[in-house]
Amino acid sequence: MNNNARERIFARLRTAVAKGDFNIPDAPPLTWPSANAAERVASLKQKLEAMKAEVYVTPSGEWVEKLRAVLKGRNLNRMLFAPDTAVGQALKSGWGDANGGLPELFTFDGTVEAYREELFFKVDAAVTTAKAGIADTGALVLWPDEKEPRLSSLVPPVHIAVLSAADIYSTFTEAVEQGKWADGMPTNALLISGPSKTADIELVLVFGVHGPSDLIVMITE
Amino acid sequence: MDNHTGFDFRGNIRDALGNSQLRKNLKFAMTALAEKRRAIFTDKARFEEMRTTVNAIRKRSLSKLPELLDRLEKKCTENGIIVHWAETTAEANDTVLSIVKQHGATAVVKGKSMVSEEMHLNRFLLGNQVEPIETDLGEFIIQLADETPSHIIVPAIHKNRGEVGKLFSEKIPGTPYTDVPEELTEIARAELRRKYYETPVGISGVNMAVAETGTLCLVENEGNGRMCTTAPDVHIAIMGLEKVVENLTDVPPILRLLTGSATGQLITTYFNMITSPRKAGEKDGPKEVHLVILDNGRSDILADPELRQTLLCIRCGTCLNHCPVYVRIGGHAYHYTYPGPIGEILTPQMEGLETAGTLTTASSLCNACSEVCPAMIPIPDLIRRLRNESYDTGGSVKGHGYKANPLEKVIWKGWELVNRHPGLNALSTKMAGVFGPVLPKAGPLKAWTRVRNRPTFAKKSLHELVKEEGVSDE
Ligand code: SF4
Repeated sequence: MNNNARERIFARLRTAVAKGDFNIPDAPPLTWPSANAAERVASLKQKLEAMKAEVYVTPSGEWVEKLRAVLKGRNLNRMLFAPDTAVGQALKSGWGDANGGLPELFTFDGTVEAYREELFFKVDAAVTTAKAGIADTGALVLWPDEKEPRLSSLVPPVHIAVLSAADIYSTFTEAVEQGKWADGMPTNALLISGPSKTADIELVLVFGVHGPSDLIVMITE
Repeated sequence: MDNHTGFDFRGNIRDALGNSQLRKNLKFAMTALAEKRRAIFTDKARFEEMRTTVNAIRKRSLSKLPELLDRLEKKCTENGIIVHWAETTAEANDTVLSIVKQHGATAVVKGKSMVSEEMHLNRFLLGNQVEPIETDLGEFIIQLADETPSHIIVPAIHKNRGEVGKLFSEKIPGTPYTDVPEELTEIARAELRRKYYETPVGISGVNMAVAETGTLCLVENEGNGRMCTTAPDVHIAIMGLEKVVENLTDVPPILRLLTGSATGQLITTYFNMITSPRKAGEKDGPKEVHLVILDNGRSDILADPELRQTLLCIRCGTCLNHCPVYVRIGGHAYHYTYPGPIGEILTPQMEGLETAGTLTTASSLCNACSEVCPAMIPIPDLIRRLRNESYDTGGSVKGHGYKANPLEKVIWKGWELVNRHPGLNALSTKMAGVFGPVLPKAGPLKAWTRVRNRPTFAKKSLHELVKEEGVSDE
């Protein structure tokens, strides 16, 4: 049945496009003002903050220390991290003891089938890498893989993303082109521009719906 | 006049206009959405440049539709996504159900999808002992109320916070009344968290599908779309076949205009790009991803060089927010899934003019919709075309000529005759001046004057007046 459906649909589509007359206007590729490195950091920070993310710009050797200071006293219990990524390794070596109201670093073995319940109900925060940043709209690019699961940036209430300032592009188009995305997309690529939110009741903006209620971004230079 | 049609549009409009709470809710929300949009597109020239780009991208995609769909299917299949084709909504529903049954699921979590509304998928699943759980807050609200979306982007916008609070306290056991949006949101969040945790199948729509890489793109703010496409074992994505674009670089301009037009956002919280199911070594994500591609009349719409512009639509909803008719009557009055200006051109083509042609009357042709449309669809032109098709026995749209009326034909022939012969014309304007004021209010004139003043005819025609002034009018 389905095969016939496909054939019939394609037959109609082919007849339709054969008629031509699409009147495609001339549209030279959009150009965007290009920003220098400092402007890119500033724009990304400002736009993310406008969407209620917390953004800290730190020297690259100091972000773990800074994060400890930021999280102190927030009463987070367990913080998920990816031990095999560069970000995870830096975190592990710099985190020290979970004292003074700091969360304990935490990781899961195996696949989500084994740790689903704990992930959904017993983890307060997660740290992930951000592959890139997009300055003009204020978004992070996440590119989860075997080392870094997809749900880490979604299920725990606090999401911490670590981004190198060198990876901030001016625009989404630039990220796609210069990052050669077309050569191989991951299972799931994401643009994230703040904590989850809704405006479905009388357009009142409420943060923290199904995804994280807090997004903390560490930009390292 | 409208007794051909399948629903009582006039009655719906009368009810909506008489509902002062509804009108208040709509006026407030639509004004706010229009203002947000205005605030984001401050540079008019830049906006025109961007929408010309989007118009070109969408037209190029349509001009290569079979080729792009073929590439999309190949790429998706290579990536491990299972592609299904459906000519009708019934076929699409059957496909979804059979996937759900294969996995022994009795419930599905759903992200917002207008195509699933077009399919009446929820009703179908319920009839087959599968519980559909809507997870977008707006959809969650209307599902509790047993209603359909009244807007493409903000489906529960016809309700105010008090109405939502009342609904929650009545329908969700153990919930005290509150009208604080934060608290209401928290109630929905808590209700749904366990559902994401335990439901084995997730269903979503698709905002764009990229042929070049086989990537499905989803736009959202709440994270429920990511939940439905990441937490369950199986993800079923449903799309209308016009949603394909050629390249990844086609995505950013469309995304920019989509979020700007829809909610006045530079970008949504999440832009979710899915290219495959969980790969070996990956710890999470669905093990199976299905893509159901639905036609439901779209391939017929593509055949008409003018009307195919309907398929340029990126479902931003801004034509609704700017339509003086929609803003007063809301989405439910339109009876079908897609309300407002886009619904007026899309629905009659899908359902047939004899069934839904009356929707084309809900427009003053003020042009506001086409001025804001990010895809540059000339909606009023298409409305006019469909109105003509309603009378045209030689037309090409499904149900064309359903209003054709021999008496009217004779009258227009007479009108043509009178206007071609100066003598007859002069006579007729004289007669109008004399008899116009005393015509009985009956038939069409009665209907017309029900909500309008009867025009007063001048004693003398313009021709006569200028002649008297000594101006030559030849
Ligand atoms: S017709 Fe244009 S304005 Fe209306 S929903 Fe579609 S893209 Fe948006």
